[in-house]
Amino acid sequence: MRKRFIVAIASLTAALAVAAAQNQKTQVVYWQYQFDSKVNLVNELITEFNKANPDIEVKQETFPYDSYIAKVKSSLGAGQGPDVANLFYGWLPDWVGSNLLQPLPASFPAKQLEERVGSLVKASKINGQYYAVPTAVRVLAVFYNKDLFKAAGVTTLPKTWAEMEATAKKIQKVDGNKVSVAGWAVQPEGQDHHLFREVLSRQWGGKPYTTDFKKIAYNSAPGLEAFKWYTGLIERGAATRGLDLFPGSGNAYRDSFISGRAGMIVDGSFAISAIRNGAKFNWGVFELPVREAGGLRANFGSYWVHGLTPNAKGAKLEASTKWLKFLTSDDVQRRWLKAVGELPANTALATAPELRKDPIYGPFIASIPFARATFFVDEAGQRKALSDALNSVWLIKTDPAKALESAANGEQKLLTDFFKR
Amino acid sequence: MTQSPRAKRSGLTLAGRQAVWAYVFLLVPLLFFLIVRIYPAFESLRLSFLDYRSPLTVNPFIGLENFQEMTQDATLHRALLNTLLYAVIGVPAQLVLGLGIAMLLQGINKFKGIYRAIYFAPYVTPIVASAWVWQWLLNKNFGPVNALLEQVGIPAQPFLGSPDQALVSAAALVIWQQLGFQIVIFLAGLEGIPRVYYEAASLDGVTAWTRFRYITLPLLNATIVFSVVIATNGFLQLFAQVANLNPTDQGGPLDSTLTVALYIYRMAFQSSKMGYAAAITVLLFAIILLFTVFQLRVLRRRVEY
Repeated sequence: MRKRFIVAIASLTAALAVAAAQNQKTQVVYWQYQFDSKVNLVNELITEFNKANPDIEVKQETFPYDSYIAKVKSSLGAGQGPDVANLFYGWLPDWVGSNLLQPLPASFPAKQLEERVGSLVKASKINGQYYAVPTAVRVLAVFYNKDLFKAAGVTTLPKTWAEMEATAKKIQKVDGNKVSVAGWAVQPEGQDHHLFREVLSRQWGGKPYTTDFKKIAYNSAPGLEAFKWYTGLIERGAATRGLDLFPGSGNAYRDSFISGRAGMIVDGSFAISAIRNGAKFNWGVFELPVREAGGLRANFGSYWVHGLTPNAKGAKLEASTKWLKFLTSDDVQRRWLKAVGELPANTALATAPELRKDPIYGPFIASIPFARATFFVDEAGQRKALSDALNSVWLIKTDPAKALESAANGEQKLLTDFFKR
Repeated sequence: MTQSPRAKRSGLTLAGRQAVWAYVFLLVPLLFFLIVRIYPAFESLRLSFLDYRSPLTVNPFIGLENFQEMTQDATLHRALLNTLLYAVIGVPAQLVLGLGIAMLLQGINKFKGIYRAIYFAPYVTPIVASAWVWQWLLNKNFGPVNALLEQVGIPAQPFLGSPDQALVSAAALVIWQQLGFQIVIFLAGLEGIPRVYYEAASLDGVTAWTRFRYITLPLLNATIVFSVVIATNGFLQLFAQVANLNPTDQGGPLDSTLTVALYIYRMAFQSSKMGYAAAITVLLFAIILLFTVFQLRVLRRRVEY
């Protein structure tokens, strides 16, 4: 009886000691939104990192994309939530303005970031400060269904937008007033609002914003021509709205492509793994067309970043910085590419010869040098201003000039409000 | 006699002591109500006077500016109009269908439970799933509803994809989904009407309509008032169904299905205008209060048995 009692006490003491030792570990809370391949990779990374740093314990918590921002804002406001958080570069102005991030510590010098990531990173410089480290860069290209191309007798890949439109017309199948196969599945709320801003408006001879991003510039004669060309695609029988092909999806254009209902989509490199896992047909990727042969090449570059929140203080800050260093290291970026499909933010890695020759990654990588990132002050609001304008031409036959003007006015208001603050 | 000395000590009668204990137990839900309901309500009233961005920033007092902004905000006006339309379409439809189906269900004896379960099923189905299925049913190019329409010679309709048809299509989802709840309430109400009235009426040989008009309807008054208030509140606070019907463009296309609650969410969490969102919350609160008081006043009648 007594023996048992002693054993019990001893094991209890041991358990308490272990618990106490664990308590001495510095906890780092890491947040990102739920995206399977990313979550799995980070879990792997955490196991390695915790093993290599026995005094630190990183914990990952994830939330659905739709509620992610709301969770971050409400938790940090209550002094809870992440020490290190993943965010889209376009959310930075809002997050910094809401004091959800602290400036990067001195161990991430600005010069080094700019050298490694290139000019794209400048879209995340706020008040002359960097608040986050880019991890993965994404640019746009065209995904195409090789089987549908073959069936339509298309043998060469489009080089200009006119060729792309002609190809799309050959592929699109219409039965009465119903579309069974789209030539090109378009979705302004997807990547297409970027396509208009950073690609079409420039290739038609205009530009999306003034260089300081304080004024809208796409509401110009060339901008309107580009806008008319893009919105006219549906009426000319080349394109179909993604939402009319695959409703209920957050990425209707991509899902309609994956399900074989669309010949082409314009999408980011982040879509590679979803398409690779889902598409049951032969598919390929080609670079975004230009307006006329040999004309201006343009692309939209965007990236996800990792930043430190105000929660990371003292020992937590030190541990969080260490985790952030590891998470943004070259080695992890290489693995990120393999596991998630997103290109390394470090240009030297992204442009390595073996990647450039890859038939899938190649067309994306070729576009990195001239890709531009829009400086978003209210990503959701700015996206909506433009996508509503595009949709209104299709759905309620608004005059394109009026639609573009209302987009410009709506977006300008958001910019003006932001720069006034 | 162990109780009397104690009673003397506390100076309370048995009834008094029971009341004290009742209040003690009531204190828990009361506190919960105060902390979870009343406090946030007053807090949002306070926030509505601030340029509130985040709990971590300095949020200056701006008086009535948020309320002034509401008068200029065309999207908010659209959301208010939409919300009103939802209620105007949805409440009568829910009531008529709910009462009608409840009366039919009351009339059957075989498989009573199964029928009730079938009608109640949509109410307990997750909204996300219902919304998803609804979109596929109504899809222009691949949906079965349009396939049926084409069979009878009507061209395929865009439904949720069209700014003109989307609100009605979305309202239909909510009506279908909430119908089960209304049926259960009406069934309970119908069961509560004494059978003798109907027996007396049938002895007098009156028509079914007269029975409905002069017995069922007046005696269901309390149930109807409850149903109207609950249904109206549901439509005025409509959020989840609409948000899930078009996940990439919530409230779309072109804000044609946008509700006030969804707009509040958009302002607070997508545009970081928490103060403005709080001001709209205050407006929505006032609207719901007005509606409810009005309905209780107008609809409630004393019924003499």
